[in-house]
Amino acid sequence: MPFSLLKYGLRKDYPFEEDADIPSAHKLRDSYDVVIIGGGGHGVATAYYLAKYHGITNVAILEKGYLGGGNTARNTAVIRSNYLTPEGVRFYGASVELFQGLSNEFDFNIMYSRRGQLTLAHTESAVSAFRQRAEINTHYGGKSALIGPDEIRKLVPCLNMNPAHMPVLAGLWHIDGATARHDAVAWGFAKGATQRGVELHQLTEVTGVDVENGKVTGVQTNRGKVRCGCVVQAVAGHSALMAEKAGFRLPITVYPLQAMVTQPVKPFIDPLVSSPALHCYVQQTGRGEIVLGSGSDPYPLYNTRSTLPLKESLLSNAVALFPFMSQLRMLRQWAGITDITSDYSPIMGLSPVQGYYLDAGWGTWGFKSTPICGKTMAELVAGGGTVPDLIKPFSLERFERFAQINEMGATAASH
Amino acid sequence: MKMLCCPLNGPRNVAEFAFGGEVREMPDPQTCSDREWAEYVFYPPNHAGVIAEWWLHVPSGYWFIAERNRSTDEVIRTYDPSEIYTTRVDFAAQEESKA
Ligand SMILES: Cc1cc2nc3c(=O)[nH]c(=O)nc-3n(C[C@H](O)[C@H](O)[C@H](O)COP(=O)(O)OP(=O)(O)OC[C@H]3O[C@@H](n4cnc5c(N)ncnc54)[C@H](O)[C@@H]3O)c2cc1C
Repeated sequence: MPFSLLKYGLRKDYPFEEDADIPSAHKLRDSYDVVIIGGGGHGVATAYYLAKYHGITNVAILEKGYLGGGNTARNTAVIRSNYLTPEGVRFYGASVELFQGLSNEFDFNIMYSRRGQLTLAHTESAVSAFRQRAEINTHYGGKSALIGPDEIRKLVPCLNMNPAHMPVLAGLWHIDGATARHDAVAWGFAKGATQRGVELHQLTEVTGVDVENGKVTGVQTNRGKVRCGCVVQAVAGHSALMAEKAGFRLPITVYPLQAMVTQPVKPFIDPLVSSPALHCYVQQTGRGEIVLGSGSDPYPLYNTRSTLPLKESLLSNAVALFPFMSQLRMLRQWAGITDITSDYSPIMGLSPVQGYYLDAGWGTWGFKSTPICGKTMAELVAGGGTVPDLIKPFSLERFERFAQINEMGATAASH
Repeated sequence: MKMLCCPLNGPRNVAEFAFGGEVREMPDPQTCSDREWAEYVFYPPNHAGVIAEWWLHVPSGYWFIAERNRSTDEVIRTYDPSEIYTTRVDFAAQEESKA
Protein backbone atom coordinates (compact mmCIF):
# COMPACT_ATOMS: atom_id res chain seq x y z
CA MET A 1 0.00 0.00 0.00
CA PRO A 2 1.43 3.40 -0.89
CA PHE A 3 2.40 5.32 2.22
CA SER A 4 0.28 8.37 1.19
CA LEU A 5 -2.85 6.21 1.04
CA LEU A 6 -2.21 4.89 4.53
CA LYS A 7 -1.71 8.47 5.74
CA TYR A 8 -5.02 9.53 4.19
CA GLY A 9 -6.74 6.51 5.67
CA LEU A 10 -5.67 7.48 9.15
CA ARG A 11 -6.74 11.10 8.91
CA LYS A 12 -9.85 12.17 10.80
CA ASP A 13 -11.35 14.44 8.13
CA TYR A 14 -12.07 13.49 4.55
CA PRO A 15 -8.77 13.78 2.71
CA PHE A 16 -9.97 15.68 -0.34
CA GLU A 17 -12.26 18.04 1.48
CA GLU A 18 -10.19 21.19 0.91
CA ASP A 19 -10.54 21.01 -2.83
CA ALA A 20 -13.89 19.21 -3.05
CA ASP A 21 -16.18 20.12 -5.93
CA ILE A 22 -18.96 20.87 -3.50
CA PRO A 23 -17.33 22.10 -0.27
CA SER A 24 -19.38 21.07 2.74
CA ALA A 25 -20.01 23.50 5.55
CA HIS A 26 -19.25 22.27 9.04
CA LYS A 27 -20.59 24.73 11.54
CA LEU A 28 -24.16 25.95 11.33
CA ARG A 29 -23.94 29.65 12.16
CA ASP A 30 -26.70 31.30 14.16
CA SER A 31 -27.70 33.76 11.48
CA TYR A 32 -27.81 34.16 7.69
CA ASP A 33 -29.35 36.68 5.30
CA VAL A 34 -31.28 33.95 3.52
CA VAL A 35 -32.20 30.41 4.52
CA ILE A 36 -33.29 27.97 1.82
CA ILE A 37 -35.20 24.96 3.13
CA GLY A 38 -34.58 21.93 0.92
CA GLY A 39 -31.40 20.94 -0.89
CA GLY A 40 -33.08 19.57 -3.99
CA GLY A 41 -32.56 20.98 -7.47
CA HIS A 42 -34.86 23.94 -6.79
CA GLY A 43 -33.17 24.92 -3.51
CA VAL A 44 -29.62 24.76 -4.83
CA ALA A 45 -30.60 26.49 -8.08
CA THR A 46 -32.07 29.38 -6.08
CA ALA A 47 -28.83 29.63 -4.09
CA TYR A 48 -26.79 29.50 -7.29
CA TYR A 49 -28.62 32.37 -8.98
CA LEU A 50 -28.58 34.39 -5.75
CA ALA A 51 -24.82 34.02 -5.45
CA LYS A 52 -23.86 34.34 -9.09
CA TYR A 53 -26.25 37.00 -10.36
CA HIS A 54 -27.18 38.99 -7.26
CA GLY A 55 -24.02 38.72 -5.17
CA ILE A 56 -26.01 37.38 -2.22
CA THR A 57 -23.84 34.70 -0.62
CA ASN A 58 -24.66 34.82 3.09
CA VAL A 59 -27.05 31.96 2.40
CA ALA A 60 -27.59 28.58 4.05
CA ILE A 61 -29.28 25.66 2.31
CA LEU A 62 -30.74 23.36 4.97
CA GLU A 63 -31.36 19.82 3.76
CA LYS A 64 -32.73 17.13 6.05
CA GLY A 65 -31.27 14.30 3.99
CA TYR A 66 -28.59 14.72 1.40
CA LEU A 67 -28.09 16.94 -1.65
CA GLY A 68 -30.55 16.11 -4.43
CA GLY A 69 -31.81 13.01 -2.60
CA GLY A 70 -35.52 13.88 -2.84
CA ASN A 71 -37.57 14.02 -6.02
CA THR A 72 -34.56 15.44 -7.82
CA ALA A 73 -33.06 11.94 -7.56
CA ARG A 74 -36.32 10.15 -8.34
CA ASN A 75 -37.71 11.88 -11.38
CA THR A 76 -37.68 10.59 -14.92
CA ALA A 77 -36.05 13.76 -16.27
CA VAL A 78 -38.56 14.71 -18.95
CA ILE A 79 -37.83 18.29 -20.05
CA ARG A 80 -40.37 19.98 -22.31
CA SER A 81 -42.43 23.13 -22.76
CA ASN A 82 -45.49 21.93 -24.70
CA TYR A 83 -47.98 23.16 -22.12
CA LEU A 84 -51.56 24.28 -22.55
CA THR A 85 -51.78 27.77 -21.09
CA PRO A 86 -49.95 30.94 -22.21
CA GLU A 87 -48.55 31.33 -18.66
CA GLY A 88 -47.30 27.75 -18.65
CA VAL A 89 -45.75 27.81 -22.11
CA ARG A 90 -43.89 31.05 -21.35
CA PHE A 91 -42.56 29.79 -18.03
CA TYR A 92 -41.51 26.29 -19.07
CA GLY A 93 -40.16 27.65 -22.37
CA ALA A 94 -37.81 29.93 -20.44
CA SER A 95 -36.66 26.90 -18.43
CA VAL A 96 -35.91 24.81 -21.52
CA GLU A 97 -33.84 27.70 -22.85
CA LEU A 98 -31.81 27.87 -19.63
CA PHE A 99 -31.38 24.08 -19.64
CA GLN A 100 -29.85 24.20 -23.10
CA GLY A 101 -27.03 26.40 -21.83
CA LEU A 102 -26.45 24.82 -18.41
CA SER A 103 -23.49 22.56 -19.25
CA ASN A 104 -21.63 25.59 -20.60
CA GLU A 105 -22.68 27.80 -17.73
CA PHE A 106 -21.50 25.22 -15.15
CA ASP A 107 -18.49 24.02 -17.14
CA PHE A 108 -19.83 20.66 -16.02
CA ASN A 109 -21.67 18.14 -18.18
CA ILE A 110 -25.34 17.70 -17.26
CA MET A 111 -25.80 15.34 -20.25
CA TYR A 112 -28.55 17.47 -21.73
CA SER A 113 -29.93 15.65 -24.72
CA ARG A 114 -32.57 17.14 -27.02
CA ARG A 115 -34.48 14.22 -28.47
CA GLY A 116 -37.95 15.54 -29.11
CA GLN A 117 -41.03 14.31 -27.29
CA LEU A 118 -43.85 12.43 -28.98
CA THR A 119 -47.23 12.27 -27.23
CA LEU A 120 -49.64 9.79 -28.77
CA ALA A 121 -53.33 10.42 -29.45
CA HIS A 122 -55.52 7.31 -29.54
CA THR A 123 -58.91 9.06 -29.73
CA GLU A 124 -60.46 11.85 -31.79
CA SER A 125 -60.86 14.03 -28.71
CA ALA A 126 -57.15 13.66 -27.95
CA VAL A 127 -56.35 14.67 -31.53
CA SER A 128 -58.33 17.90 -31.21
CA ALA A 129 -56.87 18.63 -27.77
CA PHE A 130 -53.37 18.17 -29.22
CA ARG A 131 -54.20 20.46 -32.14
CA GLN A 132 -55.12 23.17 -29.63
CA ARG A 133 -51.92 22.55 -27.68
CA ALA A 134 -49.80 22.77 -30.81
CA GLU A 135 -51.44 26.09 -31.74
CA ILE A 136 -51.01 27.67 -28.31
CA ASN A 137 -47.47 26.37 -28.08
CA THR A 138 -46.46 27.73 -31.46
CA HIS A 139 -48.12 31.05 -30.75
CA TYR A 140 -45.95 31.55 -27.67
CA GLY A 141 -42.74 30.54 -29.40
CA GLY A 142 -42.76 26.84 -28.53
CA LYS A 143 -41.95 24.13 -31.04
CA SER A 144 -44.89 21.75 -31.38
CA ALA A 145 -46.76 20.22 -34.30
CA LEU A 146 -49.46 17.65 -34.88
CA ILE A 147 -48.13 14.75 -36.95
CA GLY A 148 -49.76 11.71 -38.56
CA PRO A 149 -49.09 7.96 -38.36
CA ASP A 150 -46.59 7.93 -41.24
CA GLU A 151 -44.32 10.44 -39.58
CA ILE A 152 -44.71 8.66 -36.25
CA ARG A 153 -43.59 5.38 -37.84
CA LYS A 154 -40.51 7.15 -39.18
CA LEU A 155 -39.63 8.69 -35.82
CA VAL A 156 -40.18 5.51 -33.78
CA PRO A 157 -40.00 2.48 -36.08
CA CYS A 158 -40.34 -0.03 -33.23
CA LEU A 159 -43.63 1.44 -31.92
CA ASN A 160 -46.72 -0.77 -32.08
CA MET A 161 -49.27 1.42 -33.89
CA ASN A 162 -52.20 -0.48 -32.39
CA PRO A 163 -51.34 -0.94 -28.71
CA ALA A 164 -54.04 -2.49 -26.49
CA HIS A 165 -56.55 -2.11 -29.35
CA MET A 166 -56.16 1.65 -29.24
CA PRO A 167 -54.81 2.65 -32.65
CA VAL A 168 -52.38 5.56 -32.75
CA LEU A 169 -54.25 8.28 -34.70
CA ALA A 170 -51.80 11.16 -34.42
CA GLY A 171 -49.05 12.56 -32.27
CA LEU A 172 -48.04 15.84 -30.68
CA TRP A 173 -44.44 16.24 -31.78
CA HIS A 174 -42.46 18.60 -29.56
CA ILE A 175 -38.99 19.12 -30.97
CA ASP A 176 -37.71 20.78 -27.79
CA GLY A 177 -38.45 17.69 -25.68
CA ALA A 178 -35.26 16.64 -23.92
CA THR A 179 -33.73 14.82 -21.01
CA ALA A 180 -30.68 15.37 -18.79
CA ARG A 181 -28.79 13.72 -15.98
CA HIS A 182 -30.94 14.78 -13.00
CA ASP A 183 -28.21 14.37 -10.36
CA ALA A 184 -25.76 16.38 -12.42
CA VAL A 185 -28.21 19.29 -12.50
CA ALA A 186 -28.29 19.38 -8.70
CA TRP A 187 -24.52 18.94 -8.49
CA GLY A 188 -23.84 21.67 -11.05
CA PHE A 189 -25.98 24.19 -9.19
CA ALA A 190 -24.61 23.11 -5.80
CA LYS A 191 -21.04 23.40 -7.03
CA GLY A 192 -21.60 26.90 -8.42
CA ALA A 193 -23.37 28.03 -5.25
CA THR A 194 -21.04 26.58 -2.62
CA GLN A 195 -17.91 27.71 -4.44
CA ARG A 196 -19.28 31.25 -4.24
CA GLY A 197 -19.72 30.99 -0.48
CA VAL A 198 -23.21 29.54 0.01
CA GLU A 199 -23.29 26.96 2.81
CA LEU A 200 -24.93 23.61 2.14
CA HIS A 201 -25.89 21.86 5.37
CA GLN A 202 -26.98 18.28 4.85
CA LEU A 203 -28.62 16.18 7.59
CA THR A 204 -30.13 19.44 8.84
CA GLU A 205 -33.88 19.29 9.23
CA VAL A 206 -36.03 22.35 9.68
CA THR A 207 -38.43 21.56 12.52
CA GLY A 208 -40.08 24.93 13.01
CA VAL A 209 -40.39 28.41 11.59
CA ASP A 210 -40.22 31.50 13.79
CA VAL A 211 -42.68 34.21 12.87
CA GLU A 212 -43.03 37.52 14.72
CA ASN A 213 -45.74 40.06 13.86
CA GLY A 214 -46.39 38.29 10.58
CA LYS A 215 -42.72 38.38 9.57
CA VAL A 216 -40.30 35.47 9.45
CA THR A 217 -37.39 35.82 11.85
CA GLY A 218 -35.71 32.43 11.67
CA VAL A 219 -36.02 28.67 11.62
CA GLN A 220 -35.50 25.90 14.14
CA THR A 221 -33.52 22.86 13.17
CA ASN A 222 -32.29 19.61 14.67
CA ARG A 223 -28.97 21.45 15.04
CA GLY A 224 -30.32 24.54 16.74
CA LYS A 225 -31.91 27.87 15.93
CA VAL A 226 -30.97 29.97 12.92
CA ARG A 227 -31.97 33.61 12.56
CA CYS A 228 -32.68 35.08 9.12
CA GLY A 229 -34.76 37.78 7.48
CA CYS A 230 -35.76 35.71 4.52
CA VAL A 231 -36.70 32.08 3.90
CA VAL A 232 -37.33 30.19 0.67
CA GLN A 233 -39.13 26.88 1.10
CA ALA A 234 -38.43 24.36 -1.67
CA VAL A 235 -39.31 21.00 -0.14
CA ALA A 236 -41.48 19.43 -2.89
CA GLY A 237 -43.53 16.55 -1.37
CA HIS A 238 -43.25 18.08 2.09
CA SER A 239 -44.51 21.53 1.04
CA ALA A 240 -47.84 21.40 2.87
CA LEU A 241 -46.24 20.10 6.08
CA MET A 242 -43.57 22.81 5.97
CA ALA A 243 -46.10 25.59 5.36
CA GLU A 244 -48.04 24.39 8.38
CA LYS A 245 -44.90 24.94 10.47
CA ALA A 246 -44.91 28.53 9.22
CA GLY A 247 -48.54 28.83 10.26
CA PHE A 248 -50.54 28.62 7.02
CA ARG A 249 -52.06 25.98 4.75
CA LEU A 250 -51.42 25.07 1.12
CA PRO A 251 -53.95 23.76 -1.42
CA ILE A 252 -51.94 20.62 -2.06
CA THR A 253 -52.71 16.92 -1.96
CA VAL A 254 -49.83 14.46 -1.84
CA TYR A 255 -49.67 11.39 -4.07
CA PRO A 256 -46.87 8.87 -4.59
CA LEU A 257 -45.51 8.65 -8.12
CA GLN A 258 -43.79 5.46 -9.21
CA ALA A 259 -41.25 4.76 -11.92
CA MET A 260 -38.85 2.05 -13.01
CA VAL A 261 -35.87 1.40 -15.23
CA THR A 262 -34.69 -1.58 -17.31
CA GLN A 263 -31.25 -3.05 -17.88
CA PRO A 264 -29.25 -1.09 -20.48
CA VAL A 265 -29.64 -2.06 -24.14
CA LYS A 266 -28.22 -0.59 -27.33
CA PRO A 267 -29.76 2.71 -28.44
CA PHE A 268 -33.01 2.02 -30.29
CA ILE A 269 -35.44 4.76 -29.40
CA ASP A 270 -34.55 8.36 -29.93
CA PRO A 271 -37.51 10.54 -28.87
CA LEU A 272 -39.32 10.49 -25.54
CA VAL A 273 -42.60 8.67 -26.17
CA SER A 274 -45.68 9.09 -24.04
CA SER A 275 -49.23 7.79 -24.22
CA PRO A 276 -51.63 9.59 -21.86
CA ALA A 277 -54.41 7.11 -22.66
CA LEU A 278 -52.23 4.17 -21.61
CA HIS A 279 -50.81 6.10 -18.61
CA CYS A 280 -47.31 5.31 -19.76
CA TYR A 281 -44.20 7.08 -20.99
CA VAL A 282 -40.93 5.63 -22.13
CA GLN A 283 -37.48 6.99 -22.87
CA GLN A 284 -33.98 5.64 -23.27
CA THR A 285 -31.23 7.26 -21.23
CA GLY A 286 -27.76 8.06 -22.49
CA ARG A 287 -26.62 4.90 -20.69
CA GLY A 288 -29.08 2.75 -22.64
CA GLU A 289 -31.50 2.03 -19.80
CA ILE A 290 -35.19 2.46 -20.56
CA VAL A 291 -36.99 4.65 -18.05
CA LEU A 292 -40.69 3.91 -17.60
CA GLY A 293 -43.16 6.15 -15.85
CA SER A 294 -46.91 6.40 -15.41
CA GLY A 295 -49.63 8.43 -13.74
CA SER A 296 -49.81 9.05 -9.99
CA ASP A 297 -51.06 6.50 -7.48
CA PRO A 298 -54.87 6.29 -7.24
CA TYR A 299 -55.08 7.75 -3.73
CA PRO A 300 -53.13 10.23 -1.55
CA LEU A 301 -50.26 9.09 0.66
CA TYR A 302 -47.08 10.49 2.27
CA ASN A 303 -45.03 7.40 1.55
CA THR A 304 -42.51 6.16 -1.00
CA ARG A 305 -43.67 2.55 -0.97
CA SER A 306 -44.26 0.87 -4.32
CA THR A 307 -47.27 -1.19 -5.35
CA LEU A 308 -47.59 -4.24 -7.54
CA PRO A 309 -50.83 -3.17 -9.33
CA LEU A 310 -49.22 0.04 -10.58
CA LYS A 311 -46.06 -1.72 -11.75
CA GLU A 312 -48.17 -4.38 -13.47
CA SER A 313 -50.30 -1.89 -15.39
CA LEU A 314 -47.29 0.25 -16.27
CA LEU A 315 -45.38 -2.74 -17.62
CA SER A 316 -48.28 -4.22 -19.55
CA ASN A 317 -48.90 -0.87 -21.23
CA ALA A 318 -45.21 -0.35 -21.98
CA VAL A 319 -45.05 -3.81 -23.57
CA ALA A 320 -48.20 -3.01 -25.58
CA LEU A 321 -46.43 0.06 -26.99
CA PHE A 322 -43.07 -1.68 -27.49
CA PRO A 323 -43.72 -5.45 -27.67
CA PHE A 324 -40.05 -6.46 -27.77
CA MET A 325 -39.62 -4.92 -24.29
CA SER A 326 -41.15 -8.07 -22.83
CA GLN A 327 -37.63 -9.53 -23.22
CA LEU A 328 -36.02 -6.93 -20.94
CA ARG A 329 -35.26 -7.21 -17.25
CA MET A 330 -36.04 -4.52 -14.73
CA LEU A 331 -33.10 -3.01 -12.92
CA ARG A 332 -34.73 -0.75 -10.33
CA GLN A 333 -38.11 0.60 -9.28
CA TRP A 334 -38.98 3.37 -6.86
CA ALA A 335 -41.45 6.09 -5.87
CA GLY A 336 -41.41 9.72 -4.82
CA ILE A 337 -43.86 11.86 -2.82
CA THR A 338 -45.37 14.52 -5.04
CA ASP A 339 -47.21 17.70 -4.07
CA ILE A 340 -50.16 18.04 -6.45
CA THR A 341 -52.25 21.21 -6.86
CA SER A 342 -55.76 21.07 -8.25
CA ASP A 343 -54.77 22.91 -11.45
CA TYR A 344 -51.46 21.09 -11.98
CA SER A 345 -49.53 24.36 -11.82
CA PRO A 346 -47.00 25.31 -9.15
CA ILE A 347 -47.36 27.72 -6.25
CA MET A 348 -44.60 30.31 -6.41
CA GLY A 349 -43.98 33.66 -4.82
CA LEU A 350 -45.28 35.31 -1.68
CA SER A 351 -46.91 33.59 1.29
CA PRO A 352 -49.06 34.97 4.12
CA VAL A 353 -45.81 35.35 6.12
CA GLN A 354 -43.66 38.33 5.19
CA GLY A 355 -40.18 37.35 3.98
CA TYR A 356 -41.22 33.71 3.60
CA TYR A 357 -41.29 32.70 -0.06
CA LEU A 358 -42.84 29.65 -1.68
CA ASP A 359 -41.58 27.31 -4.35
CA ALA A 360 -44.09 24.49 -4.00
CA GLY A 361 -46.77 22.45 -5.70
CA TRP A 362 -44.29 20.96 -8.13
CA GLY A 363 -46.00 17.62 -8.16
CA THR A 364 -44.88 15.34 -10.93
CA TRP A 365 -43.59 18.04 -13.27
CA GLY A 366 -40.97 20.15 -11.48
CA PHE A 367 -37.63 18.83 -12.67
CA LYS A 368 -37.89 20.62 -16.00
CA SER A 369 -38.44 23.91 -14.22
CA THR A 370 -35.39 23.65 -11.94
CA PRO A 371 -33.29 26.41 -13.62
CA ILE A 372 -36.12 28.90 -14.14
CA CYS A 373 -37.38 28.36 -10.58
CA GLY A 374 -33.91 29.07 -9.26
CA LYS A 375 -33.61 32.17 -11.40
CA THR A 376 -37.03 33.65 -10.58
CA MET A 377 -36.94 32.75 -6.88
CA ALA A 378 -33.53 34.45 -6.65
CA GLU A 379 -34.99 37.56 -8.33
CA LEU A 380 -37.85 37.50 -5.84
CA VAL A 381 -35.45 37.34 -2.88
CA ALA A 382 -33.01 39.90 -4.28
CA GLY A 383 -35.88 42.25 -5.14
CA GLY A 384 -37.09 42.18 -1.53
CA GLY A 385 -40.39 40.53 -2.41
CA THR A 386 -41.17 42.07 -5.80
CA VAL A 387 -42.64 39.15 -7.73
CA PRO A 388 -41.10 38.62 -11.20
CA ASP A 389 -43.69 38.76 -14.02
CA LEU A 390 -42.97 35.23 -15.17
CA ILE A 391 -44.19 33.72 -11.88
CA LYS A 392 -46.96 36.21 -10.98
CA PRO A 393 -49.69 33.90 -12.36
CA PHE A 394 -48.57 31.10 -10.01
CA SER A 395 -49.27 32.98 -6.77
CA LEU A 396 -50.89 31.21 -3.83
CA GLU A 397 -53.76 33.67 -3.78
CA ARG A 398 -54.90 32.62 -7.27
CA PHE A 399 -56.98 29.96 -5.54
CA GLU A 400 -58.99 32.58 -3.66
CA ARG A 401 -59.56 34.46 -6.91
CA PHE A 402 -60.51 31.26 -8.74
CA ALA A 403 -57.80 32.13 -11.27
CA GLN A 404 -56.34 28.68 -11.79
CA ILE A 405 -53.80 27.93 -14.50
CA ASN A 406 -55.20 24.63 -15.70
CA GLU A 407 -52.42 22.40 -16.95
CA MET A 408 -54.01 19.08 -16.10
CA GLY A 409 -54.36 18.01 -19.73
CA ALA A 410 -50.73 18.80 -20.45
CA THR A 411 -49.33 17.31 -17.25
CA ALA A 412 -51.20 14.42 -15.75
CA ALA A 413 -49.66 11.60 -17.78
CA SER A 414 -46.45 13.05 -19.15
CA HIS A 415 -44.93 14.99 -16.20
CA MET B 1 -52.45 -7.54 -2.37
CA LYS B 2 -53.76 -4.63 -0.32
CA MET B 3 -57.20 -5.24 1.11
CA LEU B 4 -59.83 -2.74 2.11
CA CYS B 5 -62.70 -3.80 4.32
CA CYS B 6 -65.95 -2.68 2.69
CA PRO B 7 -68.74 -2.32 5.30
CA LEU B 8 -71.16 -3.87 2.78
CA ASN B 9 -69.06 -6.47 0.93
CA GLY B 10 -66.34 -7.37 3.41
CA PRO B 11 -62.59 -7.42 2.68
CA ARG B 12 -61.84 -6.87 -1.01
CA ASN B 13 -58.80 -6.05 -3.14
CA VAL B 14 -58.12 -2.29 -3.00
CA ALA B 15 -58.18 -2.28 -6.82
CA GLU B 16 -61.98 -2.66 -6.60
CA PHE B 17 -62.29 0.71 -4.87
CA ALA B 18 -62.05 4.33 -5.93
CA PHE B 19 -60.91 7.15 -3.64
CA GLY B 20 -63.52 9.89 -3.47
CA GLY B 21 -61.99 12.76 -1.52
CA GLU B 22 -62.06 13.85 2.10
CA VAL B 23 -65.12 13.89 4.33
CA ARG B 24 -65.85 17.48 5.30
CA GLU B 25 -68.70 19.86 5.72
CA MET B 26 -69.77 21.85 2.69
CA PRO B 27 -70.48 25.52 3.37
CA ASP B 28 -73.67 26.87 1.87
CA PRO B 29 -72.59 28.14 -1.58
CA GLN B 30 -75.38 30.72 -1.55
CA THR B 31 -74.32 32.43 1.63
CA CYS B 32 -70.63 31.72 2.21
CA SER B 33 -67.87 34.10 1.13
CA ASP B 34 -65.62 33.40 -1.87
CA ARG B 35 -62.80 32.71 0.53
CA GLU B 36 -64.81 30.10 2.42
CA TRP B 37 -65.82 28.46 -0.82
CA ALA B 38 -62.21 28.43 -2.10
CA GLU B 39 -61.15 26.95 1.21
CA TYR B 40 -63.69 24.18 0.82
CA VAL B 41 -62.88 23.41 -2.80
CA PHE B 42 -59.10 23.76 -2.85
CA TYR B 43 -57.90 23.17 0.70
CA PRO B 44 -58.82 19.64 1.71
CA PRO B 45 -57.19 18.28 4.87
CA ASN B 46 -53.70 17.14 3.85
CA HIS B 47 -51.72 16.35 6.99
CA ALA B 48 -49.65 13.20 7.30
CA GLY B 49 -51.99 11.52 9.79
CA VAL B 50 -55.45 9.99 9.99
CA ILE B 51 -58.04 11.52 7.63
CA ALA B 52 -61.66 10.49 7.04
CA GLU B 53 -62.19 9.76 3.35
CA TRP B 54 -64.97 8.79 0.97
CA TRP B 55 -64.42 5.51 -0.86
CA LEU B 56 -66.52 3.80 -3.52
CA HIS B 57 -66.76 0.07 -3.97
CA VAL B 58 -66.98 0.27 -7.75
CA PRO B 59 -68.63 -3.08 -8.65
CA SER B 60 -71.48 -2.56 -6.18
CA GLY B 61 -71.68 1.24 -6.43
CA TYR B 62 -71.55 1.54 -2.63
CA TRP B 63 -70.08 4.66 -0.97
CA PHE B 64 -68.64 4.46 2.52
CA ILE B 65 -66.19 6.23 4.83
CA ALA B 66 -62.68 5.05 5.69
CA GLU B 67 -60.40 6.53 8.31
CA ARG B 68 -56.96 6.06 6.86
CA ASN B 69 -53.48 7.05 8.00
CA ARG B 70 -51.96 9.04 5.15
CA SER B 71 -48.45 8.31 6.20
CA THR B 72 -48.55 4.54 6.88
CA ASP B 73 -51.50 3.69 4.58
CA GLU B 74 -53.16 1.85 7.48
CA VAL B 75 -56.93 1.85 7.40
CA ILE B 76 -58.11 2.38 10.96
CA ARG B 77 -61.83 1.92 10.42
CA THR B 78 -64.43 1.75 7.64
CA TYR B 79 -68.13 2.43 8.17
CA ASP B 80 -71.42 3.21 6.53
CA PRO B 81 -72.00 6.98 6.02
CA SER B 82 -75.27 6.71 8.01
CA GLU B 83 -73.07 6.70 11.12
CA ILE B 84 -72.43 10.42 10.70
CA TYR B 85 -75.00 11.55 8.15
CA THR B 86 -78.28 11.04 9.96
CA THR B 87 -80.35 13.44 7.91
CA ARG B 88 -80.62 13.97 4.20
CA VAL B 89 -78.35 16.76 2.87
CA ASP B 90 -80.28 19.12 0.62
CA PHE B 91 -78.31 21.30 -1.74
CA ALA B 92 -79.06 24.99 -2.06
CA ALA B 93 -78.81 24.77 -5.86
CA GLN B 94 -81.90 22.56 -5.85
CA GLU B 95 -83.78 25.04 -3.69
CA GLU B 96 -83.04 27.74 -6.22
CA SER B 97 -84.40 25.76 -9.17
CA LYS B 98 -87.59 25.10 -7.21
CA ALA B 99 -88.14 28.78 -6.59
C1 LIG C 1 -41.17 9.19 -10.05
C2 LIG C 1 -41.12 10.66 -10.39
C3 LIG C 1 -40.99 11.05 -11.72
C4 LIG C 1 -40.93 12.41 -12.06
N1 LIG C 1 -40.73 12.73 -13.37
C5 LIG C 1 -40.57 14.03 -13.72
C6 LIG C 1 -40.25 14.37 -15.07
O1 LIG C 1 -40.08 13.49 -15.92
N2 LIG C 1 -40.11 15.69 -15.39
C7 LIG C 1 -40.28 16.67 -14.46
O2 LIG C 1 -40.15 17.84 -14.83
N3 LIG C 1 -40.57 16.38 -13.17
C8 LIG C 1 -40.72 15.08 -12.77
N4 LIG C 1 -41.00 14.77 -11.45
C9 LIG C 1 -41.18 15.85 -10.48
C10 LIG C 1 -39.84 16.37 -9.99
O3 LIG C 1 -39.04 15.31 -9.53
C11 LIG C 1 -40.01 17.36 -8.82
O4 LIG C 1 -41.05 18.26 -9.08
C12 LIG C 1 -38.74 18.16 -8.59
O5 LIG C 1 -37.64 17.29 -8.50
C13 LIG C 1 -38.85 19.01 -7.35
O6 LIG C 1 -37.58 19.53 -7.05
P1 LIG C 1 -37.28 20.13 -5.64
O7 LIG C 1 -35.88 20.53 -5.62
O8 LIG C 1 -38.33 21.13 -5.34
O9 LIG C 1 -37.60 18.90 -4.66
P2 LIG C 1 -36.68 17.74 -4.03
O10 LIG C 1 -35.62 17.29 -4.94
O11 LIG C 1 -37.63 16.70 -3.50
O12 LIG C 1 -36.00 18.50 -2.86
C14 LIG C 1 -36.67 18.87 -1.68
C15 LIG C 1 -35.75 18.59 -0.54
O13 LIG C 1 -36.31 19.12 0.64
C16 LIG C 1 -35.87 18.31 1.70
N5 LIG C 1 -36.72 18.54 2.87
C17 LIG C 1 -38.01 18.18 3.07
N6 LIG C 1 -38.43 18.54 4.29
C18 LIG C 1 -37.39 19.19 4.88
C19 LIG C 1 -37.19 19.81 6.16
N7 LIG C 1 -38.16 19.84 7.07
N8 LIG C 1 -35.99 20.36 6.42
C20 LIG C 1 -34.98 20.34 5.51
N9 LIG C 1 -35.11 19.77 4.30
C21 LIG C 1 -36.30 19.19 3.99
C22 LIG C 1 -35.96 16.90 1.15
O14 LIG C 1 -35.13 16.01 1.86
C23 LIG C 1 -35.52 17.10 -0.29
O15 LIG C 1 -34.18 16.78 -0.53
C24 LIG C 1 -41.06 13.41 -11.06
C25 LIG C 1 -41.23 13.03 -9.73
C26 LIG C 1 -41.24 11.67 -9.37
C27 LIG C 1 -41.39 11.29 -7.95
